[in-house]
Amino acid sequence: MAKITYREALNQAMCNEMERDDRVFLMGEEVAEYNGAYKVSQGMLDKFGPKRVIDTPITELGFAGLGVGAAMAGLRPIIEFMTWNFAILAADQIVNAAAKMKYMTAGQYNCPMVFRGAGGAAARVSSQHSQAFENWYANIPGLKVVMPSNPADAKGLLAASIRDNDTVIFIENEINYGDIGEVPEGEYIIPLGKADIKRVGKDITLVAHSRMTGYALAAAEELAKMGIDAEVVDPRTIRPLDEATILASVAKTNRAVVIEEGWRFAGIGAEISARIMEKGFDDLDAPVARVTGKDVPMPYAANLENHALPSVADIVEAARVTCNRA
Amino acid sequence: MTGKKTQEQAAGLTQEGRFYSAERLHAMHGMMLYIRRFEEKAGQMYGLKKIGGFCHLCNGQEAVCVGMEEASESTDYMMTSYRDHGHIIARGTEPTAVMAELLGRAGGVVGGKGGSMHMFDVEKNFAGGNGIVGEQVPIGLGFAFASQYRGDKRVSITIMGDGGVNQGAVYESFNMAALWKLPVVFVIENNQYAMGTSLSRASAETHLYKRGISFKVPGIQVDGMDVLEVERKMGEAIEHARSGQGPIIVEMMTYRYRGHSMSDPATYRTRDEVDEWRTGRDPIARLQKQMIEAGLATEAEFKQKDKDIKKEVVAVAKAAEAQPEPDLSVLWDDILTDEIPNAYPYPRQVG
Repeated sequence: MAKITYREALNQAMCNEMERDDRVFLMGEEVAEYNGAYKVSQGMLDKFGPKRVIDTPITELGFAGLGVGAAMAGLRPIIEFMTWNFAILAADQIVNAAAKMKYMTAGQYNCPMVFRGAGGAAARVSSQHSQAFENWYANIPGLKVVMPSNPADAKGLLAASIRDNDTVIFIENEINYGDIGEVPEGEYIIPLGKADIKRVGKDITLVAHSRMTGYALAAAEELAKMGIDAEVVDPRTIRPLDEATILASVAKTNRAVVIEEGWRFAGIGAEISARIMEKGFDDLDAPVARVTGKDVPMPYAANLENHALPSVADIVEAARVTCNRA
Repeated sequence: MTGKKTQEQAAGLTQEGRFYSAERLHAMHGMMLYIRRFEEKAGQMYGLKKIGGFCHLCNGQEAVCVGMEEASESTDYMMTSYRDHGHIIARGTEPTAVMAELLGRAGGVVGGKGGSMHMFDVEKNFAGGNGIVGEQVPIGLGFAFASQYRGDKRVSITIMGDGGVNQGAVYESFNMAALWKLPVVFVIENNQYAMGTSLSRASAETHLYKRGISFKVPGIQVDGMDVLEVERKMGEAIEHARSGQGPIIVEMMTYRYRGHSMSDPATYRTRDEVDEWRTGRDPIARLQKQMIEAGLATEAEFKQKDKDIKKEVVAVAKAAEAQPEPDLSVLWDDILTDEIPNAYPYPRQVG
């Protein structure tokens, strides 16, 4: 296996799928001549030409809708949002058109397409450019929401998302783009709706996705020094959720902490902890704890920004309290 | 207009150098009249509370529906807003299925999932029936993109109203369509009122065909109460798009006789204004007059035709009403294509 970056892994997935299926095209701001604002589409214009790798004006609602229409007409668009912050402008096309088209037309039309781009908190870009939206999309029937936490998952999940016949919200993480990891070469598919146990443990379950998976793994190392053996579960697909893997882990550890970068109210952690309560109540020896971003817009100053986001120490503390260890 | 039978050709009439056979004129007239009577029936069924929710009728705008359909190929794509009954019927969708949809019946065009605002027929290349004002415009652009991508020369006929044309997405679409020379005809059905707001209260530039100027999208204005002019000008616009010259705007000057929706008594318009359009410019009466003058039909024949159509529409409504409501099991159908059985929310169940 080769060691490559998270962004290169995404690039490989797109290139492989475009070689395999000529209905697939990539469209977005700066994806072609600039090679991607975050260089995810590096070299793709040269490889596939301007017919299939298309720079758009700054017009999110317009090109999101173009993607919806092209998908309805039988193509397989990959629509890149430079970041998910800008996708709010396109929300009508995602929520009112793509997500509902199959249902509203009784199956006559569907929207097999991927909306992808960077989500979550970036570094020092303040409140409008640093936020998590997975819970918005995860609320909506008709959408799938996928969030890779490492390079191999990035490749396997994006390839699966492009092949999927539904609309997939694929949320990458800007901070993770440069992360390096071992990634299988050639075709590599990770089925959607399958969680992954990133670390096996017996004392407590840490459920974390995207960038927070790395934080949870770091917290698990700290916890090990305290004699707490944590299991880390990464759902990878947020909707639909592989809760069986989470519940099986909780059945073994009897304790859980759910971690997310986004806001606490009606967040992903709220849903996951509710499911553990509904389906795993008898397995619990302590209430499920949540570690989330603080309920404030993201500030700019480095110390304030740090303070607004979950930290490894926050996860360690929540796990320690949940395990009732001093 | 030269409303007279030509000697050399079969019976018909010629307008602006374009010949229409008597058979074709009868078909166009019949379709307009059918849509008129269908909409009246829909209004009546709504009054009886058999149709629920929002219901937007197109009485008065029939020439736009029929003329455009006459000018296009069946392989061309068409999509519009929620004022969609007339368009989908003109496209050739079974009226019983349209009425059944209005009534929330199993045999509705989308099985009772959409209602008045969401009529779709993939077989007829009719992509809605879109309920959010202006939403269909970038979608129409996407169909045009797909056509160019495949090189199959299909034109996307993307319809909006004089209200929809103020949405930002429309200008985003004009820009990309012109930039990439996409085969799309942007049709603006200018019925003068966006719900209760008159054009002059909503638009600084009321000549809507000029709205593409800063995007280099040419525009033409058409008398949308004259089905032959709609057919002719729309044919030219479609040819423009199909031949690779890029997008074009067609502003259809028209008028809706009814309110915006069934709950709108339309008190924002004067009776004189409505009468001026209704009695002075009605598209059906106009074509009838032309056909009578050209010796292609008589007043009595039209009266009989109207009677027959009314009867047909009554039968359609009866057949639609006789259909069962959708089976409760379809509630869970058609949410995803690739369901994932072992992940939550689980397909077809609560919890």
